[in-house]
This record gives sequence, structure tokens and C-alpha cells, in this order.
Amino acid sequence: MNEPTIVSFLCNWCSYEGADKAGGARLNYPANIRIVRVMCSGRVDPELVIQALKEGASGVLILGCHPGDCHYKKGNYKALRRAYLLKKTLKQLGIEEERVRLDWVAAGEGERFAEIANEMAETMKNLGPLELS
Amino acid sequence: MAKPKVAFYWNASCGGCEEAVIDLNEDILKVVEAVDIVFWPVALDFKKKDVEAMGDGEIAVSFINGAIRTEEQEEMVKLLRKKSGLIVAFGSCSHLGGIPGLANFWDRETIFTRVYKTVPSTANPNGIVPQQKTNVPEGELTLPEFYDTVKTLDQTIDVDYYLPGCAPPPDLIMNAVTAILEGKLPEKGAVLAPEKSLCDTCPRGEKKPEKLSIKEIKRPYEIIPDPEKCFLEEGIICLGPVTRSGCGERCINANMPCRGCFGPTKEVIDQGAKGLSAIASILGVEDEEKMTEEDTKKLIDQIVDPAGLFYMYSLPSSLLKRKRMA
Ligand code: SF4
Ligand code: SF4
Ligand code: FES
Repeated sequence: MNEPTIVSFLCNWCSYEGADKAGGARLNYPANIRIVRVMCSGRVDPELVIQALKEGASGVLILGCHPGDCHYKKGNYKALRRAYLLKKTLKQLGIEEERVRLDWVAAGEGERFAEIANEMAETMKNLGPLELS
Repeated sequence: MAKPKVAFYWNASCGGCEEAVIDLNEDILKVVEAVDIVFWPVALDFKKKDVEAMGDGEIAVSFINGAIRTEEQEEMVKLLRKKSGLIVAFGSCSHLGGIPGLANFWDRETIFTRVYKTVPSTANPNGIVPQQKTNVPEGELTLPEFYDTVKTLDQTIDVDYYLPGCAPPPDLIMNAVTAILEGKLPEKGAVLAPEKSLCDTCPRGEKKPEKLSIKEIKRPYEIIPDPEKCFLEEGIICLGPVTRSGCGERCINANMPCRGCFGPTKEVIDQGAKGLSAIASILGVEDEEKMTEEDTKKLIDQIVDPAGLFYMYSLPSSLLKRKRMA
């Protein structure tokens, strides 16, 4: 069976490092997490998220530095507001809120990354693929 | 020389676009002088068979307003496509889906149930809903199919140009007509309106503070906005930042915020997503570091119907096109 694809936008400064740690430590995380490195979680425009869903992703994961730690100071606050408003909007359009998840992963948090990735994969498995007309 | 032939047609629309043609006032006389109107159901008594009798490409240009919601509309626009050299999608509904496109939050069944059964003002004890085929003693009656999904014109036929707006303003209509008559059209697929955003031309734009931050969201009925201030400064959501200019700032001048009827500027793929992104960016920015996640969510929850607001005119043309029905 095809595992549902999860497009994951990871900020360069914290979360990508975190994912790298997870890889380096050989922690298990699902192969269907497709990582896109972005400079900052504040760079992830809702348009990009919808495009990913439209083009076949079952879910989208956005990971950034913890509040207060963003390399660009405030990018992750913006990411938080956008993700929340986007999820509300998607819900009205019949797309489960869980398909978009924003969370924080610091550079040293390899384990946290693996945990979030596994949770997301599990949630997507339960929701099934996103069929769009 | 024979005058170029022109057709006007309407689909799922309110009639405002027909009105917009009439609003050309005396300019309409110039149009009538320069062209032959061969089909215009709202004003002239030509029939479908008259169009069918024409040669392919015989009509120089058809201005088609309204979204595509029924089988009949699809059939008519396909016929007009065949008979016309140019197709201009006229107005928001044809261009983006428009207000009729908000029906994409439902489907045929839910719409029929609401309209014919559960609306308090409907008395329909036998629960009759329209059928495509009905047998009566005289024979079979048919109705065109009512689709589940409202489409834009270019999701149905090939479109050459777009005249945006709900409804398109007279100056842009005249510019388009003149460009067509003089053969001075831009490249195919162009929106016949300026490339700037509404904020770039809005008279309130100059007074907009450099750093906007919305502390509390207000709906237009809740306050009387200061006509000198940018709506965003007052906490009223205005879609000017993500909307194409060219309307003459009609709503703004009537002290109402923009709802995006001109569609997005060129580089935007999904007007709704861009709109929500722009607004989310400035909500509570001033205090963003001090706000807890709960505070932030509370502020955003003041937008009661984000999908309806940000996709007010553009749902069928958006990436998702419609609500995903359970
Ligand atoms: S947000 Fe609205 S009121 Fe403010 S400058 Fe833009 S169009 Fe004008
Ligand atoms: S202000 Fe906005 S909604 Fe109003 S006419 Fe202009 S583009 Fe359309
Ligand atoms: S750099 Fe990591 S969230 Fe901004």
C-alpha cells in the first residue's frame, strides 16, 4: 500500500538541524515525510501549503524554532497565526485540521522531531489520503 | 466594410453585468455604431438557432458573464466559443466564479434540500425537487442538469481575455472594446485591468502607517470607519493588498472595505490563501512576543467565516475549487 505523503517544511536554523540529529542518531521516523528546507517557518505561505495538498500530499507539517528562538526573531509568530487561520479556513472547506500541523523543534531535539514525524504519519494513516475533486 | 459582430451572454450571474453595459451611457452609442450586436438575450430578440446558423468564428467577440452552473450554460458557451473569434470573460463570476461560486460550499443535493425543503418560507409538502426528466400526460419534460460544482468560464471553454469586476467598470469596458476594434490587444490570457494592487492606488494607502498591527477585528457594521484611515488600521479586514486595482476604489469610496472582486494580481495563484496570509501577518504584530498561543487564537477567532471572507469572489478559481464533501 502507498503510504500517504507528508510534505514537511523545516526551517533551516532549528528544525532542519533537529531532523538531521534524528537522522544522525538513527532514530526511526517514517520515510513518507518529504522534507523541504526553508529559511524560516515564517516563509511558509499558506498558498504553498494548499499547493502541496492539491498536488497529492495527505498532510503538511511545518516546523520552526521554538517561540523566542527564531533566527529572524519573529518569523515563527507569523507562522503560528497563518497556520491557525489556514486550518480554520481549510476546515470550512472540508479538509481536516489535523492535515496541517505546525510545531516547534529546536536544533538539538532529534527525538522530538522523530516523535512529531511519527505522530503525523499515524494521524495521516488514520485519516487516509486526501481526495480532492 | 461590414461591422464586426459582437455577442453578449449571461450564465450564473445577477444581471449586474448587463447593467454595466447599459452604464456605458452615451458611450454605448459609439459601440453600437462600430459593431453589430448579433446576440444579447437580455436586450435583443435573437435566439440560439440564430447563433447556430452563423459560421464558425463569424462573431468577432463574445462577452460572456456569469459562472457555469448548469448543463445549458455549458452548451451555450461552447456554442459561442465555436462561433467567436475572441471570448472575453466579463465580470467576476465568469472570471473567478464570483458570488454564485460560493455555492461550492455545498453540492446539488444540499442546495436542493435547503432551497426546496428546509427554508422556512418554502411550502413544499410533497417534497418535490427539480428533476431532469418529468413525465406528464403530454410527454416528457426535461431540464438541464444542475451541476454539483460551479465553474469559471475558463474551466469550461478557452478564454482569450478577462474583464474583471463585480461588475466591470465602464472605463475598462470601453478600453477593452477600443483595444479590440483597433486590434491593440495584449497577449492572450491577459486581464484587461492594471497590474497594480488596490492598495497601490487607494487614496487611503498613503496614510497607511508603515507598520500595521490589528489588535481587535471589527466588522463593517460595528463601527463607522474614519474615511481618512486605511481600513486595516481600524481593524476592518480589507482585501486591497491582494486585489487587483482598476475598479476606481468603488467600495473604499463608499466607506466599505474591498472584498476582492477584481481578483488577484498577476503573481498570485490563490487569492484567498494570499489574503488570509496577508491578514494573519498583521494580526497583533505589535504584541506578538507577549501574546500566548491562546491570546493569538482568540484574536484570530474574531474572523468568524474566514473561508467565506477570503474566497468571497474566487472560490471556483482557487486551488481547491470547492468544499470537499464528507
Ligand atoms: S487595505 Fe484597503 S483601505 Fe487600506 S490602503 Fe489597501 S485598499 Fe486602501
Ligand atoms: S473595492 Fe474591491 S470589492 Fe470593491 S469594487 Fe473594488 S475590487 Fe471590487
Ligand atoms: S528561523 Fe526557525 S522559525 Fe524562523
